This record gives sequence, structure tokens and C-alpha cells, in this order.
Amino acid sequence: MCEGCNCNDERLEKIKEVIKECNGDKSQLIHVLNEVQELYGYIPTYVQKVISEELDIPMAEIYGVITFYSRFSLEPKGKYNVSVCLGTACYVKGSQGVLDKVKEILGIDVGQVTKDGKFSIESTRCVGACGLAPVMTVNSDVYGNMDPSKVKEILAKYE
Amino acid sequence: MKSIEELSEIRQRTLEEIKLRKDRNYTGKEKHVLVCGGTGCTSSHSMEIIKRLEEKIKEKNIQNVRVVRTGCFGLCARGPIIVVRPEDTFYAMAKVEDVDEIVEKHLVGGEIVERLLCKDIDGTAVKSLDDLNFYKKQHRVVLKNCGLIDPENIDEYIAFDGYKALEKVLTSMTPEEVIKEVSDSGLRGRGGAGFPTGRKWEFAKNSVADQKYVACNADEGDPGAFMDRSVLEGDPHSIVEAMAIAAYAIGATKGYVYVRAEYPIAVKRLQIAIDQAQEYGLLGKNIMGKGFEFDLEIRLGAGAFVCGEETALMESVEGKRGEPRPRPPFPAVKGLFGKPTLLNNVETYANITQIILNGASWFASIGTEKSKGTKVFALGGNINNVGLVEVPMGITLREIVYDIGGGIPNGRKFKAAQTGGPSGGCIPEEHLDTPIDYESLIAIGSMMGSGGLIIMDDSTCMVNLARFFLDFTVDESCGKCPPCRIGTKRMLEILEKMVAGKGQVGDVEKLEKLALNIKRSSLCGLGQTAPNPVLSTIRYFREEYDAHIKEKRCPSGECKAMTKVMIDKEKCKGCSACSRKCPVNAIQGELKQPFEIDQDKCIKCGVCIATCPFKAISRV
Repeated sequence: MCEGCNCNDERLEKIKEVIKECNGDKSQLIHVLNEVQELYGYIPTYVQKVISEELDIPMAEIYGVITFYSRFSLEPKGKYNVSVCLGTACYVKGSQGVLDKVKEILGIDVGQVTKDGKFSIESTRCVGACGLAPVMTVNSDVYGNMDPSKVKEILAKYE
Repeated sequence: MKSIEELSEIRQRTLEEIKLRKDRNYTGKEKHVLVCGGTGCTSSHSMEIIKRLEEKIKEKNIQNVRVVRTGCFGLCARGPIIVVRPEDTFYAMAKVEDVDEIVEKHLVGGEIVERLLCKDIDGTAVKSLDDLNFYKKQHRVVLKNCGLIDPENIDEYIAFDGYKALEKVLTSMTPEEVIKEVSDSGLRGRGGAGFPTGRKWEFAKNSVADQKYVACNADEGDPGAFMDRSVLEGDPHSIVEAMAIAAYAIGATKGYVYVRAEYPIAVKRLQIAIDQAQEYGLLGKNIMGKGFEFDLEIRLGAGAFVCGEETALMESVEGKRGEPRPRPPFPAVKGLFGKPTLLNNVETYANITQIILNGASWFASIGTEKSKGTKVFALGGNINNVGLVEVPMGITLREIVYDIGGGIPNGRKFKAAQTGGPSGGCIPEEHLDTPIDYESLIAIGSMMGSGGLIIMDDSTCMVNLARFFLDFTVDESCGKCPPCRIGTKRMLEILEKMVAGKGQVGDVEKLEKLALNIKRSSLCGLGQTAPNPVLSTIRYFREEYDAHIKEKRCPSGECKAMTKVMIDKEKCKGCSACSRKCPVNAIQGELKQPFEIDQDKCIKCGVCIATCPFKAISRV
């Protein structure tokens, strides 16, 4: 992990490559930010600076785009990001109860990270697996047909 | 680049290999095992099933069987789905551990594994996919290839008449003729508003410019809707082909597909389709040697509902904040990068190749007088057969809910259906026999919408549902225009007060007044439709609003602030099961004596209600 000092940052090299492929096309900003979000789990300020210089877009504009879209985050997420779907199909099947249980067990609210940096919680609007409603995901693992009583056991797997 | 002759040769050769998937009278020895690779089934491990199938088939050295990963079959509630063709055996909810038995018993022994067969709602096992009630009233046009072909194999798409419509257009039709065919078919926009597609194409064609664009809206933001995703996952080439046809018709050379980044499988398959089409010379310069040029690029969204609105989408494609632009100028005049742009929804495009191949009159023969063709719905919520359905326009909601959807689970009663998501409205039981078409749905205060169809049973509180949707729109309002940014927030505050038991007389009227003003003065479709769920629930469930306000009571018992959880002393046997399960230790008592709930501690979660073996606990 290298935060901020820019030395031998492999991820940053990868991002620079992605930017290079854009050939200065500013309309690719969201594409670049998606890559950063994917790679880092958030969009650090020093990476924003690099994008700003390479694509010649003001920092303020980049900040504006980042904060507009819910997929982008300015803060790192936990090692395990627990996401509960609050889309309509999941909601009418009781996903709020699942989310409440996750919050209770982890002792944090939506958008927060546990002190040890292990877990973060997020609520999403439909992951598209409505056939499995209510749905909870931990990173890329999908848990369908959830109910609050299953939460503890699932989270324990990641302890 | 492939010539028309070469494409035709590929078509014939591949069709020979895969026609057994459609041919029920096939008598040869080949078998194809189709496994759903859509998001729903992938989430329940269909990819591991495919891997195990392939391993096992190799291990047993079975020669005449091919495993195919397909797109969505539709019946997501019973996933993962495995279908063996040509006999059309439908295995549902299969697990990796079941694979060995399927291979040994069915593929080697020729004997159906009865215990894994899909069961209909009444519990009878059905042998063939066609026998399932879920499919009987469906009519697949848009989804014709989903669950039939490998979406990552262009040859399979070509085999079932793929790129034949593009060939027909390039070799024998003028742009005017293409637009006339689309106009005559009566196709209307499937994104929800229902604007005549042919007219839209005409506008874009009539704009004069040095550069024009075609764009596809695949930013399916309506929560609970997954029609477009399933088309992109199951039949991506149908979109590539249709966009090329549209580009030819309006005179564009470049296209963009705007897809949600939340749909990784759809994005991946669409990219594969684009790459393959480029390799075959079906995208690029001089397509099919006919001098027509068109190329396609994917642009990813990043989680903003408003980007489903056409002008906001264009801002986002340009890499900016997705804030809507004032109209006019309309996109057909000034769209992407300031150039004339044709924007259609995924499902709209998915109809195009069929209209070109089968003719406008064929398409117009399906559906009702003003709403032609079929509509795909993502059926979800409190319904047995959750999944993807495609029905002819004009079918009634009752048929969708009971015949196709298999009714409401857990012995509950149907209360309402929500179409159009946060922009639409609810349809109560009294309107279950309304035909599904654009005008009829508007008349009863709802809308066609993009295809999300959420069914709610009698445990759903309609006031809380309205609050849920407003919470969504407040969250997703881009903030550019005040009526939407501030108005929806004010509406949400009133609704939050109501569900907390603090509603006041006159609040409903306040909501209605705000709603009307927001609808009238918002800049884009998001704000103009955001109050719809509130208005339609007031229209059909006014008594629930009144109960919340005047009696401080939630009739369905969903609003926890207004309910108490009580133990019936007569029924309680003092077993202590509830007190052991209570997450906040609110239940105390002595064994074999009636227990009691400390109302100050109780969080009304309902765990005790579900736990009590004597049904002694209930909400009052």
C-alpha cells in the first residue's frame, strides 16, 4: 500500500496506461474513474491530480463528477464491503430488516467503516438478482433469500 | 471481413449444429445441455455447474453432448436452470452436487432425474419447459434468443437469422423504406413513455449535420427491473445489429451504448459481441462490402438514476455530471457532442431486426390497436414465479399475476402492482383486468414504464411504499432544478411524519398540491414523474393515509412506530422461546408462566412472532 507518496505505485501505472488509451478524449473521464474505483476501492486525491493533469480537466470538475455518481467514493471502503439491496423487489421482501441487522452486528451505519477497517456497509438499489430477493452481497459473493437471522453466520465467515 | 456469401455459409453450417435446440422432432444422437448464465443464476453458482458438467462429461468420455452457457430463461425464482435439448427437460434449482447424477442418469442412461424436475405452482413436476404454466401465455419476440444461444458466440446468433436483417437493409432497402417499415409496425419506445419509434427515427434523419450519432439507453435504473440487462446478457448481437440498422436509416456512423457499470456480465458480453462484429466486418468501414460505415462504443454509467433520462444520459456519455439539459433543442436536433442523436432503449432496439425480417404487418398483428408487439416485464416482489416475462400487449394484469406469475405466495392476498417504478403508479385489485397497453395504464394513474412490475401482498403498507419511492427520488434527484430537489424532499418529510405516527389532518392535501406543482415545473422526466407513486397510492388507498393520520394506525401493520407487539396471555405457555430469541432482551417472564414484553425496550422486529410455537404473539 502506498498512499500519497507516489513511489512505485503499480496501480497508478495501470491508471496512467488507461488514461493514455483515451488519447486525450475528455469524455472518457467516467471510464477512467470507474477503473480507479475498481482498482483502489475509492478515488484518492493524488490520483485525481494525475487525471487532472493528463486529461487537462480541472480538479473541481473531477470532484464534481465523482460526487455526482454513487459508485464513486472519496473514502476507502472496508476490506469486506457488505451491501444490502434496497431495490423495490428486495424491499417488499424485507431487506430493510436485513440491513438493520447488519448495522446492529457491525455497530456502524451505512457508509461507515469499522474501526479495524475490515467491514463497511452500503445499501444499493437493485443488483438485478431480484429472483433471489432479498439479496445481500459481501464484496462479490452474493447471498440470496436472506433473512435477518442469517446475517450473523454469514458475517462470521469473513471475521 | 466476411462477405454475404461467407455469412450465409456460417449460418447454414452452425444451424446444422444447433437446430436441435429448437427441433422437438430431432431424432439424432446429439444433446445440448443449456445452462443459464444470467446474473440471477450466476449468483446461485450456475458457472460452477457448467464447470462440473464439462469435467464430468470429459471424465465419462461422452461424445455427443455439448454444454452451452446461455442467457436468461426467465424463471429466475427457480434458478439455476438447466435445460437438456432436444427433449426439453427442465431442471430447476440444481446444485453442483446434482451434476453427477444428471450426467450419469440422464446423459449416459437416458433417464430423466425426476427429483430435479421443475415443479409448477401446484407441485406437479413438469417434464418439458413448454408445459410450464409460466411460459404458456408468453410470446417471445425480444427474448427469442435468450436461453437458446451462447451469447458469446456470434456464429450461433448468425445461425438463427442473425445479421440477416442488416443484410436485407443494406442490399435491398433505402433509409426511407427502413423508417417506413418501423413506422408502419407501430413500435413505440419501450423505455416507458411510448413515443412512436418511427417518428423519432424520422426526426433524426431529417436533421442535417456533418456527424450524427445513434445511442442506446441501457441505464436500467428502475429498481427491480432487469429486462434490458437480460437482453444484453442473453442476446447482445441483436442490439449491435439493430443499432447498425438505425445508423443506416438516419445516416449516422458512430454509436454509443450507455450501460450501468452495475451490470458487469452484460458489459462483458456486449463488448465481446462488438469485438466479434468488428472481426466479421459487421461493424467498421464498408460493412458487408456495401460501403456503409458504422462503429460502436460502450460507455459505462456510474450509478445515477437520472442518467436514464435522455439528455442527462448524453451529458454522462460526454463524461460530465449527468444533469439534464433543457429541451428544446431535442436530441434529434442537438444531442451527443452537440450533434443530432437518435436514442432508443435496449428493448426497442431488440424489436427492430424482427420487424425488418418479418415485416411491419406481422409486428402490427401482435398487441392492441395503439400498442403493438410485446412487452417484457421483470416480475418481482410478492409473487411465486419471480422472473422475466414477455407478453403480447393487451394481456391483463390478472393473467400476468395468476396464470404466468403463479399467484401470491404464503397464502397472502394480492394488494397492488407497481409499474414504472419510482415514476409509475400502483394498480389495485379492482383494476386487475385492465389490459396492459400504454393508454389503459395511463388512464388508471399508472404507466407502462420500462418494465419493472412489482407485486405487493396485503402485508405492504401503501403509505410506506410511497415513502420508499420518494426516498429513492430524493436520493437520485440531480439537484439542478429546485422543484425536484426541494419539492420531493418536502414530500418525503410529510410521508416520514405519517409513517412515524405524527401525521396531521391536511397533510394529504399538502402532498397533492406539492405533487401537482412538482410535476408541472420540473425540468426533466425524473421530477415530472416523481410524485406519481404518492398520487396513485392516495387515489386508491386514501383510507390507509387516513388511518395513519387520524387513528395513528397502520392497517397492514408494517409501520412499526404505530404497532405494539403483544403476547396473548391465554395462549402463552411460558416456554421462553421468544425471550431467548429477542435481540434486545425485551421479553421477560418465569417459565410456564405467561411472558411479557417491555414496550420501552422492544424494537418491534417481529423475531418473537416468528419464533412462538403457539402463535401467541402478534402486532396490534
